[in-house]
This record gives sequence, structure tokens and C-alpha cells, in this order.
Amino acid sequence: MTALRLPSPVVVAAGCGGSGRELAPYLDLDGLPLVSRSLTLDARGDGPGPRLEEAPSGLVHLAGARNRGVAAFLADDLPWLVRAGAWVHVSLVGATLGEYAELARRVGRAPGVRGVEVNLAVPDPRGSGLFDAREPFHAASVVSAVRREVPRDLPVLAKLRPDVSRVVESARAVADAGATGVVVGGPVPAALADGTPAGLCGPAVRPVALRCVHEVCRALPDVPVVGSGGIAEPADVRAFRAAGAVAVQVGTALLHDPTVLDRLGRGADPQRPVRRPDHPHTPHPQEEP
Amino acid sequence: MPVHVVAEVLANRRAGAHRVLTLAAPGVAEGFRPGMFVAVTVGPAQLARRPMWVHRVRGSGTHGATLEVVVEPRGTGSRWLGDRAPGDRLPLTGPLGRAFALPREPVACLLVGEGVAAAPLLALAERLRERSCAVTMVVAADDEAHLLATLEARRLARAVTVVTADGSVGTRGRAEHVVADLVAGPVAGSAPAVVYASGSPALLRAVARAAEAHDVSAQVAVAPAMPCGTGLCGACEVPVQDAAGQPSWARACHEGPALRADRVNWGALADRRPGGGTGAARVAGADGVDW
Repeated sequence: MTALRLPSPVVVAAGCGGSGRELAPYLDLDGLPLVSRSLTLDARGDGPGPRLEEAPSGLVHLAGARNRGVAAFLADDLPWLVRAGAWVHVSLVGATLGEYAELARRVGRAPGVRGVEVNLAVPDPRGSGLFDAREPFHAASVVSAVRREVPRDLPVLAKLRPDVSRVVESARAVADAGATGVVVGGPVPAALADGTPAGLCGPAVRPVALRCVHEVCRALPDVPVVGSGGIAEPADVRAFRAAGAVAVQVGTALLHDPTVLDRLGRGADPQRPVRRPDHPHTPHPQEEP
Repeated sequence: MPVHVVAEVLANRRAGAHRVLTLAAPGVAEGFRPGMFVAVTVGPAQLARRPMWVHRVRGSGTHGATLEVVVEPRGTGSRWLGDRAPGDRLPLTGPLGRAFALPREPVACLLVGEGVAAAPLLALAERLRERSCAVTMVVAADDEAHLLATLEARRLARAVTVVTADGSVGTRGRAEHVVADLVAGPVAGSAPAVVYASGSPALLRAVARAAEAHDVSAQVAVAPAMPCGTGLCGACEVPVQDAAGQPSWARACHEGPALRADRVNWGALADRRPGGGTGAARVAGADGVDW
């Protein structure tokens, strides 16, 4: 099985680090693990209308995989990120299995790519015209299709929705299909005030994501889990690590504090092994980040 | 280079319907040029930041260089900001965005500001005067209480036209109705060579139209809600076109706020759906007044 290696247990979540350049004034990108925006074969927009609204302790945003397309990323953003020293995982999202496979083919051997994240956590796949991976079988099919197209030693992570009722099943299915690990989190399906399907993120969803991480870690102790969802404070990182997550992703918090990763102690403790405790549900002493 | 710092509120004074906050924000004032803004974090449970125009930057005192931002307390976030007291701390990032481009030659400039969005124009007028540009200003608002810094405008500009929607002071009407004549000039002796505008989309569009009709260069400060201010979230994108007419999008916080008026796709901008029924995300002024 491919090993999951990360230079730091605090990772920039997909879609929240811009092209990387936007973060450069605030952070040293050297050694920073960063997941790209979810890429599609062609550029995608959101259409007219508001993209983002505030909710208590959360943001509700359209999640139609707005991006410039894989070609623009490979030609423009990836070389810049690699030069800056970022540890790049590329997030992929498609409308069909064939699109996922094509994306994996184009990304998997691009110089500097350290891993692939298969986005199976789209909050409104039908409305966005994207592959509906809510059924664990379908999620597994995507992972198999991607796995086949990328080098054997390239980590393939599957990003799953924080849906407590399905997440363990999905995690098991994608791990069996060859996923190196799972990212549990991503936006909770929600709606903008006018009813437009959207995703909710931020601290409002953190307890939900934490529960999902707990469940997956307990059921599948051999699968590396990356936790994501409203992580903004060092205590949140500790809670997800204590639940068994080998790493965490930070997204929304970057939008109101572009320096938050340093506050969360990224790279502060390189000696600390990136692994889960043996008994995720035994209480852990509070550790300093 | 922008920095993220915890600013300290040094003063909070009333200016008509607005509050003017003086902030000590180390490192922010140094790179400031007129048209840039700061993104301020509000309250613990509100995750979208409020973009605030930098109104003035003052040189070093006991606190180093300080900045003034203008708040129009209208939405939850801006009311919270307007209530900050000296000693309170505000995490913010700045200076952000692209500043107004300045003319190379000493030419006549018309500056049009509406409501709280007039905030960045005072610093701009100062900078233009330093370059020997003849500055004419229009300061507009719904009523007298919402007019910003007209006294200071009179000190900086050769001529100031005051416009209020209710006629409480100056010309009765809306800024978008008077700009066409002023762009055509002459005002205070010369027709403007450059127009700068900051205000509602209707005003900016009227300025763009008039500038096009009279072949005058125009820059507009577009300021929809900017939840991050740093170019990460993409929520503030406005439709634009390049010189060849090829459509694309510009982030108001990153490629703007100051944009060439002829590059904004005004038709597509007007077609954007207004926000949801709760008023959660209507297009807001740069102080996030609707937030």
C-alpha cells in the first residue's frame, strides 16, 4: 500500500489557498502541504449571483467546482507552487468516471505532484453536473479509475462528505479500491438564503466532521484519515488528532486569517510522528501544539 | 506587501451618521496608496471579513503611523465595528487591493464619491495635488448626515459639488444624474482628463458611460462584499473584459478595487442576481454596510 507522507500535519484544504500566490505574502510556502482547487477538464464558472453568505459560525458557498481547468493549473499554478516549495496534492473532480481517469492521467505524472485528492464530497453533484459519489460503490469506482492512471507510489486520497450515516461505508469502499487514505470533511450540503444548493463550512460544521473522523478511525484503524471542517484553533487540531486523524486540513479559517497555519503550529513539531494513537477513543492528555 | 496584524483602536469619533475609527496597525500604513483597503475580522461568530476603505493615513506619532477607516453602522458586522472602543483589538489584513493609478502629467481630475465610499478619495485628492493636478470633487449621499468629509474636500479641491438625494444640503438628486455634465466639463476652468469614482454600481456605471462618451479616462473603485479580502475566496468577482473584448472575471479585492471603467462589463454586472431574501449578501459598500 502506498504510504501517506506529509511534511506537516496541517494542510491547506482544497479551494482555500487560491493559486498559492495569494498566501505568499503571509506564509512561507516552503514545505507547506497544500491541496489545489478541485480541477475539472475544462474551466468552470458559477454563473451570476452571490457565491457566498454568512451563517452563524459558518460560511455558505456555492460549490460548483469553479476553476480554470486542469491545463491552466498544470501550465501556470503548479510550476509556481513547486518552485515555492509547496507540497502539492492535486484535487480532481469530474462528471464521469472517464473524466476522473483523464484528469488523473494528466495530473499523476506532472512534475512536483506529491499526491492526488479525489473530490467525492461535492455538496450538490446533480445541480453542479458532477459525478454523484454518495453511494460507496460509486465512490469506490472513481478511486479505482484514478488509481489505475497514476504511478503506484503516488498517494491517492479520497475526500468524503461528513455524512455520519455513510462515511464509514464509503471510507471502507474507497480504501478497498486502492485509496491511500481518506479526507473526511468538506462542505456540509446546505442552501443559500434564496434556496440555491450550496455547502456550509467553518466552525459550525466542526463537531460533525469530528464525529465522522472518530467513526472512521474506530472502524478502520489501518486507514490514514485526514480531518477537515472548521479547524481554526490549536485545540481543534488536538481534538482531531486525538480522534485519530493523522493530519488536518484548514480552509475557512484562512479566509479571515491568512497566517492561521503558523498559529496552528504547522511544522512546529516535525519530530512528532504523523500517525494515529492506538486507541482513538481513550482520552488523551492535552498536548501543546 | 500586506500584513496580518492585530490592530488597536485608538479613537472612535462620530462624523454625521458614520463612525471614524483610528487604528494603530503596525506595518499597514507603510505600503498604503489611495484606493487600498483593509479587511477587518468582526465578532467571533462572523467569518466573513469586512473590507474598510483606508480614509487617511497619519504619519508617526507615539503609535507609529495610524490609519483611519470609516464605518457606516448598518449591518451586524458594521454596527459591531462602529461600537469598538479605544483599546479594543481588531485583527486585520492590509493594505490590500490595487490602488488608483495616478496620471503621469499634471492634468485636471474629477473625483466622484458617494456616501461612505467617498472615503478613499480624500487621500487620492491629496496625492493628486502633490502632482499639481487640478482636482474637482463631487461628494454625494442620501442626506447631510451621510456626507463624508465635505470640509476637507473643500480644502483639497478647486471646486466641490455637494449632492444629496433629499436636498438637505447642496444640489438635490443623485450623483449619477450630475456626473454626465461634470465629465463633459469644463469645471473650474478645465475639462477633466481623468475621472475617479467610488460609490454605488449605478454611479460607477454612469461615470463609465459619461467617460466613454467624452473620451475621458475613468477609474472606478468596485466594492462588493469581500469575505476574505485576500483573493482566496473569489466571492467578490466582477465581470470584466480585456482590451479585445474577451470576457473574464476580476476579483474586486485582488485585481481591484480600482479598475479601468472601460474594462468592467457593466451589462453582466447588472445581470448578477441580487442576494438572498435575508439580506445576507447583497452587494455592499466597501465597509460591508449590508453585512
